This record gives sequence, C-alpha cells and structure tokens, in this order.
Amino acid sequence: MINASGLIKNFGYRRAVDDVSFEAQKGAVVGILGPNGAGKTTTIRMVAGFLVPDAGTVWVKGIDVAADPVAAQKHIGYMPETTPLYEDMTVSGFLRFLAEVRGFSGAERQRRVDEVIERCFLQPVRNQSIDTLSKGYRQRTCFAQTLLHDPDILLLDEPTEGLDPNQKQVVRDMIREMSKEKVIMLSTHVLEEVEAICTRAIIISAGKVVADDQPSVLKTRSTRYNAVTLDVEGEGIPAILETFPNIGKIQTLSTDGNRSRLFLLPKLGKPIAADVLETAREKRWKLFDLKVDEGRLDDVFRRITTTEDIREAE
Amino acid sequence: MNENLHHITAVAKREWRAYFDSPVAYVFIIIFLMLSGFFTFSIARFFETGQADLTGFFQWHPWLYMILVPAVAMRLWAEERRSGTIELLFTVSVTPLQALLGKFIAAWLFMILALILTFPVVLTAVYLGSPDLGMVASGYLGSALLAGAYVAAGMFTSALTRNQVISFILAVVIGLFLILAGYPPVTDLLAQHAPGWLVDGVASFSFMPHFEALQRGVIDLRDLTYFASVIVFMLFSTQVVLKNKVGR
Repeated sequence: MINASGLIKNFGYRRAVDDVSFEAQKGAVVGILGPNGAGKTTTIRMVAGFLVPDAGTVWVKGIDVAADPVAAQKHIGYMPETTPLYEDMTVSGFLRFLAEVRGFSGAERQRRVDEVIERCFLQPVRNQSIDTLSKGYRQRTCFAQTLLHDPDILLLDEPTEGLDPNQKQVVRDMIREMSKEKVIMLSTHVLEEVEAICTRAIIISAGKVVADDQPSVLKTRSTRYNAVTLDVEGEGIPAILETFPNIGKIQTLSTDGNRSRLFLLPKLGKPIAADVLETAREKRWKLFDLKVDEGRLDDVFRRITTTEDIREAE
Repeated sequence: MNENLHHITAVAKREWRAYFDSPVAYVFIIIFLMLSGFFTFSIARFFETGQADLTGFFQWHPWLYMILVPAVAMRLWAEERRSGTIELLFTVSVTPLQALLGKFIAAWLFMILALILTFPVVLTAVYLGSPDLGMVASGYLGSALLAGAYVAAGMFTSALTRNQVISFILAVVIGLFLILAGYPPVTDLLAQHAPGWLVDGVASFSFMPHFEALQRGVIDLRDLTYFASVIVFMLFSTQVVLKNKVGR
C-alpha cells in the first residue's frame, strides 16, 4: 500500500534523505530506526505529503503523493513528531474540528469523535483545554486524531516518545490491535519497541537505508548472535574449547576452582551450542547453566549506524 | 457540500472560535470602540463641527486599522508555524489556499463585527441631525474593504515568519506605506524631487484616495477593484510563501 522509490530530499546543502526506497503491505508494522538526524522524520513527512521529495516518488494506494497530496492524505492518518495541537481548544473541540475537516458532519461526526475518545482513553480529559494536558494525554489526543477517518495507513512519528512505561504499553497495544487491517509505519529510536511490535525494521543512517528486514533476522547480524554463556565444572575446559573451529573468542567471566562461567563468542554467528553440549557430555563436565544469545538489536544498530566499513565488509 | 467550501468553512469556524475562546476578541473590540469614539468625539470634535456627517469618524480608520489589524492577523500563520500545527493542517487534505481563505474570512468577519459595533455613532448622528444615510453606508463599505486589505496584508506578513512580533511590525510598515503613499504632505514632498508620473504611480498604491471617495458616498467600480486587487494580491503572495515554506 505504500511504495517509495528513490526518495531524495535536500535542505540547503545538506542531503537529509538520500535515495530511500521501501514498500509496505497491509498487516505490516514497519519501524523506521535511526540515530537522531538520520532522516526518519523527513522520510515520514514525504510519505505524509507534507514535504515534496526533490527526487523519487511515494505512492500511497497507487496515488502519487507529491502530485495529489489531497487524495493520498485521505488514506493516511499522520501523527507528527512534535504532536502539534491547537492549544486553545478542548480535546473534543480539537477532534471535532479535525473530523469536520475529514469530511464528517452532524451525528456521524460526533459518533467518530466519541469513538476515538473511547479508543484512546481520553474520556477523563475530553472537555479539558489542551494546554493543560499532560504529555501522555497530548500524545494520545494527537494519536486519536489519526483514527478519525479510519485510514488504511497510519504514520506515527515517535508515538511513544516521552511516555511512561504504562502509557507506552497502552499505545503499543493499540498499534498491535490495529495492525491487522492497516499498514502502520512508525519511527522510533527505542529498540525494544521495534522488537515488541514491528514486523519489519528499516534502519536509516545519514539519509540512507542501511538495513531492511524482520527484527528477528536483523538480530542474527549481531556479533552476539549464537554466543553461549556457560556455567560449567570440569578439567581444562577453556583449552579444549579453544580447539573448536567455530569459536572465535572465549572470555572467562568468573572462576571458582574447577568451576567457571565462560562467554563463548562464535565466528560469524555460527551455531556452537550443540558442539559444546556434546563435548560436555563426552568429557563428563558438570553443566550448571547454558544460555544461547539471540543477538541484540542495539548491537546491530550500533554497528551499522556508526561504521560504514563494517557494512561494506559484510 | 463541496469539499473546498467544507474545508474553508471548517478552518474559518475554528479561527473565529479561537478569537472568542481567548480574551483577544473582547480586548480588541473594546479598545477599537474606545479609540474610534475618542478620535470621533474628542479629536475630530464631532459635536462642535455642527455637521451631521461621519467624516470625522471614518477618517481615522486607516490609522486605527494600521495598528489594530496587524494585532488580529499576526497569529494567523505565525502561531501555526511556531506550534507546528501547520504540519497537521496540511496533512489532512486541506490545501494552503483553502486554509488561507478560511483564515482570511474569519479575520475579516471579525473586523466587520467590530465595525458594526460602532453603530451608536450612526445613531448619534441620526438623533442630532439628518445625515446622508447613503453616504454613511458607502463609508462603512469603504471601511470594511479597507479592513479586508489590512487583514490580507497582515496575514501575508504572518506567513513570512514564526515570530508574531516581527509579523506585527512588518504589517504596520506595509500599512503605513499604503496610507502615506497618497498622503498630501508626502506626495508634495515627493513631487519636488520626482517626475509627476512617478508621484502619481506611487500615490495610486495608496488606500487614501479610494477610501476617501467611498467616504464621500461615491461608489466607483475602480475603487472597489482597487481594494479587491490589494486583497487578492496579498492572498496570492501568502499562498506562494506557504507553498515555499511547507515544501509543496
């Protein structure tokens, strides 16, 4: 439903987005990750039709967004990063205004407003002036606005930024609940969030897409993927393990006589746990604990957004 | 309803409510009425002149509007840009043209409301003598058009910046130019140094001759066209600025 190809956007001499392409189908929750200033917000703004790309095209349900933003925006609910709201309005007044702009009137308008107020748990503040709201309510008011016309596409720029853990959970549950019948694209720099709700992660660094895959697949690119933490008792264990071809590095975390806790880093993410277990059985080591690492997204994130040369080497 | 109209009225209604949800509307209307009363009765000496016409009332409007209208118009876009709500407005299928027309209509109607509330001046004149009511109506028409031109200019400067103070000052300067360009002391001074056609050219930009004609009860199509073109030009410039700023 969203198809972006070759997006480029310059601000003065700075290239904020440099040849970004991606597509997303119904049911996808796409997380856009990246360090601050990587071009996440600019990319989302181009999809939302707020910025026109200098080159490249975004299609939303087959509509060229830059050519016909009005038509494209009818399918989009967009929550900007700064959660802008008309401060002098009440929550329900604000939502009524946006429902009117979205083309609803009379009883239908009121029904839509009531529905999103309920869905986003805004009942306690519905008649409160927006400038008196807490951060969490502001966020949810701006989120509620995206749902008024039940769009097929939701663009959420940092939807959980600045919320407390409970509120974050509420927003994530809402996103997960709606993900079945929509495309949801969200930007974030909270990696746990990507693991929790996204079916796909696109990592942007310095305006370029540097990774685009399922979070679980991305994690396999972590150096810690398949690493083994071992709590074991036996004779000369490190020396034996060093002969394994797939083990790159052995770290001793602690020792107590013959018993030691070891951290085994595999070469190129190759699985090593099975070999270790088999050797332990043969040599009759006493095994207290063995953990296999799934890889960590923050590790992958750090590697591909800090050094270009590592990416080249892969 | 037609979508264009629907968006324009939605934006206009929101702006209108924004005036009255804050003290701005009440403070403005009270100050406007007090000042116009002060100028009419104390400066222009309405009672002492012994004439039942409203020249002394209308002649101050260009100056009053010069200061007061920018105060009404300065937040129209500057506030949207400062708070970022412009991003919301332009991603919900509202076009810059629809939004600026809605805002213009709201601000202009607000000025017209303030103008209508000066009706006691007319009642006073009617009570004391028999003014030419056609002339009064034409004067009001002129004043309303003048207010529209100021609102359009104020909205243009508001779109230029996210700072309301800068927007205010720029609007006052534009207003001052449009008044003074045709003000006899200025045109006389200019005539000493510049050729006649240039003086006339500059003077024709001025509000004054057009407004004065309407004050005298002369409704000339050329004067109406003048105000309409100032408004259209300013609205068009606003649209150009907005399209530039939002990257459309």
